[in-house]
Amino acid sequence: MSSKEKDITYATPSPSEKAGGRLLKVALAGNPNSGKTTLFNILTGLNQKIGNFPGITVDKKSGFAKIKDSTVEFIDFPGSYSLNALSQDEKVLPDVLKDKNNPVHPDLVFFVADATSLRRSLFLCTQIMDSGVPVILVLNMIDLVEKSDEKIDVSMLAEELGIKVFAVSARDAKGIEELKNALTAPLEIPRKKIISGEAAGRDKAEKQRTETIQRYKAIGEILKKTLSKKEVGLGSSRTKKIDNILTHRIYGFLIFFLILFLVFQSIFSWSAYPMALIEKFFSLTGHFLLQHLPKGMLTELLVNGILAGISGVGVFIPQIALLFGFISILEDSGYMARVSFITDRLLRQFGLNGRSVIPLMSGVACAVPAIMATRTISNWKERIITIMVTPLMSCSARLPVYTLLISLVVPEEKVFGFLNLQGLALMALYLIGFLAAISAALVFKFIIKARERSFFIMELPVYRSPRWTSVGLSIIEKVKTFVFEAGKIIVAISIVLWVLSSHAPGDTFQKIEDSFRSEEYTRYYQPAEIEKMIATQKLEHSYAGIMGRFMEPVIRPLGFDWKIGISLVTSFAAREVFVGTMATIYSVGDENNTRSIREKMMAEINPATGEKRYSTAVAFSLLVYYAFAMQCMSTLAVVYSETKSWKWPLIQFAYMSFMAYVSALVVYQVMR
Amino acid sequence: MKLSELKPGQTATIVDFSDDELSLRFLEMGCVPGEEILLERIAPLGDPIAIRVSGYSLCLRFSEAESIIISPTNLPKEKVQNN
Repeated sequence: MSSKEKDITYATPSPSEKAGGRLLKVALAGNPNSGKTTLFNILTGLNQKIGNFPGITVDKKSGFAKIKDSTVEFIDFPGSYSLNALSQDEKVLPDVLKDKNNPVHPDLVFFVADATSLRRSLFLCTQIMDSGVPVILVLNMIDLVEKSDEKIDVSMLAEELGIKVFAVSARDAKGIEELKNALTAPLEIPRKKIISGEAAGRDKAEKQRTETIQRYKAIGEILKKTLSKKEVGLGSSRTKKIDNILTHRIYGFLIFFLILFLVFQSIFSWSAYPMALIEKFFSLTGHFLLQHLPKGMLTELLVNGILAGISGVGVFIPQIALLFGFISILEDSGYMARVSFITDRLLRQFGLNGRSVIPLMSGVACAVPAIMATRTISNWKERIITIMVTPLMSCSARLPVYTLLISLVVPEEKVFGFLNLQGLALMALYLIGFLAAISAALVFKFIIKARERSFFIMELPVYRSPRWTSVGLSIIEKVKTFVFEAGKIIVAISIVLWVLSSHAPGDTFQKIEDSFRSEEYTRYYQPAEIEKMIATQKLEHSYAGIMGRFMEPVIRPLGFDWKIGISLVTSFAAREVFVGTMATIYSVGDENNTRSIREKMMAEINPATGEKRYSTAVAFSLLVYYAFAMQCMSTLAVVYSETKSWKWPLIQFAYMSFMAYVSALVVYQVMR
Repeated sequence: MKLSELKPGQTATIVDFSDDELSLRFLEMGCVPGEEILLERIAPLGDPIAIRVSGYSLCLRFSEAESIIISPTNLPKEKVQNN
């Protein structure tokens, strides 16, 4: 122990420490499901920061707390079972412990142990102790042990391990004050090593195995003196009863589908009202600003570029909040592990994971929160595959596009007397999306190289009722991540798209204005009609219009003209923008007036053939195109923020565009 | 005998492992030789399985269970339903 470490008493920091702003860094480490995050939340409250561990893309949560006169920084490390673990998340802890110069190298480790699984918890705990850092053992969930007939002799355990031990119940905030007070005492490096020296063995792997067996033997000796009897597996009888239902071959799946349905309904319909409210708020603010700020480019940029972008970020918040509320409840209660347990066999064949079900199903509402939900998939490859295929599920933004195009070409007839033909077409599109997602997953399974072997060795935690503060904090955390990481990209792209659709080279716009203000128009048309005609002309001659014309040779084989080309450019912001752009192109003005857009589109004649522009072939080609194409900047932004690399969003954009192009080509050429 | 051959409700003692890479993972999770385990349940689609070891439930795939060599203890402690 260095003299410096011995002398640190944090109740009275020395003047130099105060001046240097030195603070005590406490790492929270432990097994998954040990209640580590609950303890972290209690210790730090809302005072949390999300960032990355230095040099790697693993999320780091840290928070500050004032204890007596000093400030303590708590750092939540990813849950793991061993310092030998190989996955990126699990490697953070051993790497940081080894590197004394690492900015997050802790002064002290709070090892959070599930007191009902003491044997397994002590394995990682003693590994950390043997690495030479000061450790305090926090026996969490002590309330469960107290209720059972098992007894833990806490002072004997502290004696045997040679470190301080505190029994707490993080969920009821019991024992937390004592734990905090321990931070004001001098730090102590563990008095002895549980396993010292290197184990025998031919290679590293064998040494690790030998050491593991020795360590468990040593832990067994310690537990013999500290446990009143061999652990019985606490809470097992209640959990067993619940499991008999929740993993039942009929009820298990039934309940699972019911829960999915509930999650689904909530992000689909419960979020509609707050979303409309947010949109209304931003559009009112926009109107207000347009009226009260001086007319000009800057105001338009502010309202139609920046504010529109922020509104585009804001509308996702209700869906994200609801989905993560549910996920957090399912995760905390222990049910999510059972979902994996009952669906693993099925999904494994497609390179997916039991935990892919929630993201995939949520993708039907919106891919943005769905992709954020893939965090619960610990296997890297299975997570990437889930991210890559989720946007193929038909999201709610495709619905307005589908409705408009189906109403153009599918007659409102009944087949077999009761099946609505338009409804059938819509259902077929949802089915196509689902089948495409499953097939794409199968292809990616063979293309993407695994970083780690796919294991399914995991704990089935005991069922517990979720804590509402954790649920709330998890919602706040997810919304924050989305707004600050994906949000800035969405605003940036929104500004670019605004520039493209509202600017033209030279004085084109001025000429358009002038020509429509001339007497030959003002005499015959109402001012409102002239405004609509000007808007149409401006859009057709804007940069987006130029891009549409430029694209025409490429998209002509799909049956699309340059007007559709413009919509493809603008609806990159979000698919539903297609309808609004069509409204502008056909001078309808009001995008909610689907009927008049439809009538104008139906009346449009293709000058080359003299037939209807929106023939059945074109409409179906467009439908298939929108089913597959990655026409959503927000999804790409969130894939970037989740994978922390542009590689995956670009691959996703490329493969989905390719699929969309080829399918639309085939549909048009066959149906023509 | 392999763990994959055990029936729900039966108990056994871990003897050895046949897959070196997986074995470290199992050892770290508390499946050390000599430890007694109970096959708790099999997932509705026949795979994966859940065992009780050192006081908690651990689930693993059938293929992974094939790498654990066990010796059955013919004293069924408790009867567990296989739904």
